[in-house]
Amino acid sequence: MSNPAEFTDLPPTHLAIDQVTQWFETGHGRVQALDRVSLQVASGEFVCLLGPSGCGKSTLLNLIAGLEMPSAGTLMAGGQPIRAPSRERMMMFQESALFPWLDVLSNVMFGLKHKPGLTSAERREVAEYYLKLVGLEKFMYAYIHELSGGMKQRVALARALAPNPRVLLMDEPFAALDALTREQLYGDLQRIWLQRKVTIVFVTHNVREAACLGDRVLLFSSHPGRIREEFQIKLPRPRDINSVPLAAYATDIMSALKGHLSQEEAGT
Amino acid sequence: MKRTLTAIGFICVLIAAWHWVAEAKIWSPVLVPAPASVALYLWEVLQDGSLWSSTIVTMKRLLAGYFIGLAAGIPLGFLTARVQAMRDTLGVVALGLQGLPSVCWVPLALLWFGQTEGAMLFVVVMGTLWSVILATETGVRNVNPIYIRAAHTMGSHGLHTWVWVMLPASLPFIVSGMKQGWAFAWRSLMAAEIYVTILTGFGLGHLLHYGRELNAMEQVVGIMLVVICIGLAADKLLFSPWEKLLHRRWGTEK
Repeated sequence: MSNPAEFTDLPPTHLAIDQVTQWFETGHGRVQALDRVSLQVASGEFVCLLGPSGCGKSTLLNLIAGLEMPSAGTLMAGGQPIRAPSRERMMMFQESALFPWLDVLSNVMFGLKHKPGLTSAERREVAEYYLKLVGLEKFMYAYIHELSGGMKQRVALARALAPNPRVLLMDEPFAALDALTREQLYGDLQRIWLQRKVTIVFVTHNVREAACLGDRVLLFSSHPGRIREEFQIKLPRPRDINSVPLAAYATDIMSALKGHLSQEEAGT
Repeated sequence: MKRTLTAIGFICVLIAAWHWVAEAKIWSPVLVPAPASVALYLWEVLQDGSLWSSTIVTMKRLLAGYFIGLAAGIPLGFLTARVQAMRDTLGVVALGLQGLPSVCWVPLALLWFGQTEGAMLFVVVMGTLWSVILATETGVRNVNPIYIRAAHTMGSHGLHTWVWVMLPASLPFIVSGMKQGWAFAWRSLMAAEIYVTILTGFGLGHLLHYGRELNAMEQVVGIMLVVICIGLAADKLLFSPWEKLLHRRWGTEK
């Protein structure tokens, strides 16, 4: 490649989240989304945040992205406090959030527009490289509505990777896809992650998905959001979501999750 | 192509029916002139150049006022959508004034500006401005917030987000506001030109007005046809390309 800096992996960043609390003002008063959450994510680690809807895991992701500021506590990325969004930490959403007024290539190039020191030819080259990585180089000039749900999320992944972030934040990115497409994307995401070794924080409410993707799975409980339990997934990669050892992990996690849920209902 | 032919065919049928009604002499030819006499009138005013010069006078007034309305209305609509204080002030005023038929501005414009081009321009701007402000505001407020968040994580902020994310994302609304603004401006200008004689230029409205004064029905009908054709041309040239682009990109076409 003619522009090696854009393709060599910068070292991935570790995240240090310390005693983070988040309150929201709603029409019905103040709601606590997160209660003193502390978490360390090692460089290049793949961490899954697992929990029921509304447990504050997406809030935590927004805080790491710098899209929101915490009510209390500190968040650091690579030793620096997080104060604003940054191309070092790219985010993927459940909806692809691709721009319908741009074609696929321009969507992937959007995040490169402001990257200093790149000519437009280099930007294009970078965007094409990542479209190739997700297997969509043939759809460069397609419009977003012409793509299937799975293809949209692939483009979103290429768009998130193109600015060469050190942290990838994924907010239930596969939740709206059918099971078959999802399985393909599990494979793709693991392959790309093994290749690029970016730090990933992945939010999901799907137990098997968490066990399939994460080095570590952190169990959240809601009202307010807290980390309850942690599971290390010691399986070789790439992992197959249908494998028996993975199912054993998933069963463990699921019973822990149910335990916490019934505790919550009992009001503890 | 087939659809164009259908439209042309239908118009021919209408003209034939009109011809037949005029031939039947049920009503006086002063009230229902034959298509041929209308065509003859149009041919004459085309030959002596008066149709062309009136059309230019009218279109100049319309386009100048319309583009001023757009240039002011789109930014003001953005501010109304994004700034609470603007929404509570300008937003309320725009909503009220948009409901005012724009021809109601004519008396006020005449008192303020006298029988000048300024009065005409003012009426057209007032016709355009409020609906463009309101449509832009609706468009900006309907932008999916996830686009803005995604843009922020990609290093876009401030004016860049406004121009490159919120503006294109709200285009479907803005274009329909532009269309409505055009329709209001066009109607109010015609009313103003029929209503007021302004010595600095005779527009199409004046030709209509004098057609009535002279009892020249073929002139009245002929100018009405010209006005209709300008409306259709504006739709095809100004708005259709935008709408096609939006449909293609957003995938909203059936």
